[in-house]
Amino acid sequence: MAAADISHYLEAQQHKGLLRFITCGGVDDGKSTLIGRLLYEAHMLYDDQLAALEADSKKVGTQGGDLDFALLLDGLTAERERGITIDVAYRFFSTDTRKFIVADTPGHEQYTRNLVTGASTADAAILLVDARKGVLTQTRRHSYLVSLLGIRHVVLAVNKMDLVDYARTTFAAIEDEYRAFAKQIGLGDICCIPVSALKGDNILTLSDMTRWYHGPTVMGYLETVEVDHARLERAPFRMPVQWVNRPHADFRGFAGIVTSGIIRAGDRIRVQPSGRESRVARLIAYEGDLTHAVPGQPITLSLADEIDARRGDIISSADAPAGVADQFEATIVWMNEQPMLPGRPYWLKIGADTVTATIAHPKYRVNVNTLEHLAAKRLELNEIGVCNVSVDRPIAFDPYRENRDTGGFILIDRLSNNTVGAGLLHFALRRSDNIHWQAVDVDKRARAIQKGQKGCLLWFTGLSGAGKSTIANLVEKKLYARGRHTYLLDGDNVRHGLNRDLGFTDEDRVENIRRVAEVAKLMVDAGLVVLVSFISPFRSERRMARGLVEDGEFIEVFVDAPLAVAEERDPKGLYRKARRGELKNFTGIDSPYEPPEHAEIRVDTTAHTPESAAEHIIAILEERGAVGSV
Amino acid sequence: MALTHLQQLEAESIHIMREVVAEAEKPVMLYSIGKDSSVMHHLAVKAFHPARPPFPLLHVDTTWKFREMYEFRDRMAKQLGIDLIVHVNAEGLKMSIDPFVHGSTIHTDIMKTQALKQALDLYGFDAALGGARRDEETSRAKERIFSFRSAQHHWDPTNQRPELWRLYNCRKQQRESIRVFPLSNWTELDVWQYIHRESIPVVPLYFAKERPVVERSGGLIMVDDNRMPLAHGEVPGMRKVRFRTLGCYPLTGAIESTADSVIAIIQEMLLARTSERQGRVIDHDATASMEKKKQEGYF
Repeated sequence: MAAADISHYLEAQQHKGLLRFITCGGVDDGKSTLIGRLLYEAHMLYDDQLAALEADSKKVGTQGGDLDFALLLDGLTAERERGITIDVAYRFFSTDTRKFIVADTPGHEQYTRNLVTGASTADAAILLVDARKGVLTQTRRHSYLVSLLGIRHVVLAVNKMDLVDYARTTFAAIEDEYRAFAKQIGLGDICCIPVSALKGDNILTLSDMTRWYHGPTVMGYLETVEVDHARLERAPFRMPVQWVNRPHADFRGFAGIVTSGIIRAGDRIRVQPSGRESRVARLIAYEGDLTHAVPGQPITLSLADEIDARRGDIISSADAPAGVADQFEATIVWMNEQPMLPGRPYWLKIGADTVTATIAHPKYRVNVNTLEHLAAKRLELNEIGVCNVSVDRPIAFDPYRENRDTGGFILIDRLSNNTVGAGLLHFALRRSDNIHWQAVDVDKRARAIQKGQKGCLLWFTGLSGAGKSTIANLVEKKLYARGRHTYLLDGDNVRHGLNRDLGFTDEDRVENIRRVAEVAKLMVDAGLVVLVSFISPFRSERRMARGLVEDGEFIEVFVDAPLAVAEERDPKGLYRKARRGELKNFTGIDSPYEPPEHAEIRVDTTAHTPESAAEHIIAILEERGAVGSV
Repeated sequence: MALTHLQQLEAESIHIMREVVAEAEKPVMLYSIGKDSSVMHHLAVKAFHPARPPFPLLHVDTTWKFREMYEFRDRMAKQLGIDLIVHVNAEGLKMSIDPFVHGSTIHTDIMKTQALKQALDLYGFDAALGGARRDEETSRAKERIFSFRSAQHHWDPTNQRPELWRLYNCRKQQRESIRVFPLSNWTELDVWQYIHRESIPVVPLYFAKERPVVERSGGLIMVDDNRMPLAHGEVPGMRKVRFRTLGCYPLTGAIESTADSVIAIIQEMLLARTSERQGRVIDHDATASMEKKKQEGYF
C-alpha cells in the first residue's frame, strides 16, 4: 500500500460506523457457517487461524474435511465436545464502511435467555431458515423475540439454496409466508435473501446461481442498513447519572452516556425523580468543552445551579421529561432455573439506579411458539410474561419501545446476586399516581412512649415441630408478666383467617409471609412487641420482613431442631402424612428450608427445654435493650 | 451525526469503567505495559476527567519483561503521575523461577497467575480492570465483560451472568471479585487506529528496529539480557524486527518488519496474514490452553 493510500485509508477509518447484529436459527440452519463465511469473505481470518481451522475441520468437522466454519465460533471445549454453541459468542469483522459486532446466539428453545441477551444490544438481526424446511416454529419464536427486544431491521436469510437447486419458487413461497407472519407481529423492515453460506452465494456478491434475485447481498445489506441513530437524535434528551465527578469543592460534574436526544450548553434540564430544574452550564470533555453531545456519547456535564443529583437519577430535557412512578406494567423474561416468585423482593437495575422490586402474579405468560396468552402463577426459566412491578421508591423511566436504556431493566436475586430476569417497561400504573402515603401526627414514637416500651418484631423461624409456637407462647407470657404490650401472630392461626386463601406452593408461601410481615409492621408501628411464629422457610422473605421495619427492630430467632428430631416429635402428625405422600410441599420433606445465616438469636432445642429456651431469649432481649422501657 | 466505530468503542469502555468505579469498593486497573494497557490508561483519564482516575494501576512483574518495557513503565508513571503498584511473587523469586529452565507453563503460573492472586488478596482489590479483548482467543469470545471469580479466583465458564443492554450487574458475594474487560469488543486493528487517533505513547518495541535475536523453533527470540543461555554455537544476529504483542521476553517472539511508526504498523496489519498471539509461546501449549489457565485464575 502506498503512502497516499494509507493516509486515505486512515481518513476513511475516522468516519467508519458500527453495526451490531445477531444471528438466529436452529442448530443445523448454518448460523456459525454464515458468520465464519462473513469473516472469511471480509478477510478477517489469518493464516494461523485458517491452519488451525483446517486441522480442526479434519479432526471434528462435519463437512467431510472441507472447512467447517462453525468450528471457528465454538470457543469453549465443553461445548465443542457437545457440538453445540450454548452461549452468546461475539465476533468482529470490518469492511471499508463499517465495523460489525456479531452476537452468535443459539436456537434451542431453552436458550431464549441467550437470544434475548444478544438481541438487547443489536441494531439488526439475521434469521436463518433452511430452504428445505421453510419457516418453522423456531423462526416465529426468534422473530417474536427480536421484535420484542425492539430490533427494527431483519434479514431473513433463506440458507442452503444449493440443496434446493436454487429454485426461485421455493424461495418465493418462504418469503411470502414469512412476510405475512412478520406483518402480524409488527416487524417492519424485512429483507429476504436467498443464500448458501457454505458455498458463498449472495453473501458478498450476487450469485450466478440466482439470477432471478435482484436484492442486496447479505454483506451489502449489513453495510447499508440504517441504524437507529436518527430516531434517537430526535427523541428528548436523557442521561442517567452514572457517577458524580467531584475532584475538588469548586466542581461538581455529572457523568453518564447520552441515551437519547442532543444536549447543548444552556439547555434547560430536569433532574428526575426529584424534579428540580436547572440549565446545563458546561459539557466537559478531556479535549475541551463541547458545544453539544449526541446519543451514545459519554459526557460529564455541570449545571448552572447547585442542585443535587445522585447516581441513578436521570437528567432529562425540562420540556419533555421522563415519566416518574413506582408501579409499572412490564414484560419480564425469566432467565434463571429458580422460578420468578410473585411477591419476592428482587433488586431491579435500570439505567444507573438500583431499587427493590416486587412482581405481582403474571397477567399472562406468552407461548413463544404460538404467541398465545396463557394463565401463569409464576415464570420459569425462559418464560416470558406480562406483570405489574412495584418498586420501593419512584424512579424515572421511558417506555422500552421509545428508549432501550431508560426502559429496559434487569432483575437480580438478592441472595445469589445472579441476574435472573430482564424486563421491558410498558407504562406506569395509574394507581401509582393516585395512592399517596397519608402522613399522620401521632407517630410510632408517640404510641410507644404511651405504652412505655419500644416496639419490635421477634421473628421465630424453624421447621414444623421445632417448637416455635411453644417457645413464642412462653416468651409472650413472660413479657406480659413484665408489663409489656405484646401480640403473637401464629402461622396456623393466621392461615384460618387473613391467609385462608393461600396454599403451600412456593408462590403462596411467599405471599403468606408478605402479608404477615406487613401486618407485623403495622403492629410494630402501633408500638407493640410482636412475636411472629412461622416456618418462613426462605431467606429472601425473612430478609424482606427485616427490611420492612427499622434497623434494630427485627430480631430473628432461629428455633433450631435437626429434621430427624422434628420428625421424631411430629406433634401434629404432619411429617408422617408428608412421608406417605398425602401432604405436598411440606417443608423439610419436599420443599426446602433455608436456615438463617445471621440470626440474632439461635435456640438449640436439643439442648434446651422450651422453658429454658424462653428464659434464654428474654435474657438476650434484655441484654440488647430490645424490649426495655423507652 | 452518528458516532464512528472508534467513538462507540471508546464510549462503551468509558461507560464500563465508570460503572466499576461507582459500584466496586476497591477497584484497580491491571497494567501490563503493552499497547492495550496504554489504551486502557488513556480511556481512564478521559472517563474521569477532570478528576484523576480513582484507582491505582497494578503491574504484576514477572521480572522477565523486556528492559525497554521497564523503562517505558517508569517514564510513563512519572510523566503522567500514575499511581503505580508493582507486585512480584517473592516466593517465586526465592525459587529462582526462570522460563529458560522451568518452561513457560511453570513460569507463567508462579510469576503471573499466582502473583496476580497474591496481589489482589494483599491489597483487597474487589474489581480488577484488564485489557483483554475477545478477538484474541476463542475462550475470551464468550467471556462476559464483567467476569466473576470465586474467593479462590476460579472462573466458571458455564455459570456466567447474562449481560443485557448497557446494564452490568456488579453485585457480588463477600470475598468474590470481578475481572472487568472494557476492551472486550475491540480488535487489534481498532487498538492501533485508536492509538493513532489519540496519539497514545506505546513501548518502542512495537516499532521495527535492528535488534539482536536468535531463531528458536521457528520463532525469533530477542537476546534482551545476559540471563538468556545461548546454545553451543548459537550467535545472536541483528535483524530488523518488532513485536506485535509484549510479554516476558523469553516467551515472546519477534516478527521481521520494517514498520517503524503507528501508520506503518496499521499498514502492515492490513496486509498481515497471521494473528496477533501467534508469537506467544503460552497459547501453543494445547487446545483451549487459555481456557484452562483462566479457570485457574490467569487473567
